[in-house]
Amino acid sequence: MGTQSCINIQKEWDIVGARQLGRDIAKKIGFGTVDQARIATAVSELARNIYLYADSGKVCFEAIETIDKKGISMIAIDSGPGISDISLVMQDGYSTSRGLGAGLPGVKRLMDEFDLISEKEQGTEVKTIKWLR
Amino acid sequence: MRIPILKLYNYLLISIQTEIDDQTAIQFQEDLLDKIHKSGTSGVVIDLTSVEIIDSFIAKVLGDVVTMSDLMGAKVVLTGIQPAVAMTLVDLGIHLTGVATALDLEQGLIKLHQELGE
Repeated sequence: MGTQSCINIQKEWDIVGARQLGRDIAKKIGFGTVDQARIATAVSELARNIYLYADSGKVCFEAIETIDKKGISMIAIDSGPGISDISLVMQDGYSTSRGLGAGLPGVKRLMDEFDLISEKEQGTEVKTIKWLR
Repeated sequence: MRIPILKLYNYLLISIQTEIDDQTAIQFQEDLLDKIHKSGTSGVVIDLTSVEIIDSFIAKVLGDVVTMSDLMGAKVVLTGIQPAVAMTLVDLGIHLTGVATALDLEQGLIKLHQELGE
């Protein structure tokens, strides 16, 4: 396990900061340009969700390694209102902010592993992993 | 931060060179529509060669600005979308259907020329 790098999401510009950090870390781990773009885009979606729905939170990155593979783990945590219907937000095209509704289902497709935990009035935590191929 | 919009003959030309944040994207939408209105242009090329990431928000803003320009009577062509960006957009489930695209700026100008029959 590597060291964790986190970035706080409070203002809109932090979304850009988060995706740059995500891309830099992905590059260091050895991901190619396409996966770097996938990871950075996933970060952007998660960071925007924090900014839009929870006001503040953070995104943390970590280089991870198992016996046979390496990858990047990305965790987005906020203490916002939580998601009341997870299956609904995972549907393509569902949005409460007049967006495209591509965010969370998109992140799931961009990354290899995806886990969402949310509790009403407590917050939301999204854990994702992308493995290096 | 503002994205510069250049006038070239009857067309407007935009090359996005910076990392786009949400505010810049929305500002650009306004600026472009305003410029189309003032210049009376019939064609716009937005070159995305230097853009490394298009997430769902930026994609929405771009798709919207194409529709809005169309409503005003100006045709928009997006050019230079990078392979990684195209793959990511499809993963996100964004297909930008109905949006005219071309490989690069040159092809984009040719496309505009053809579509506008000028």
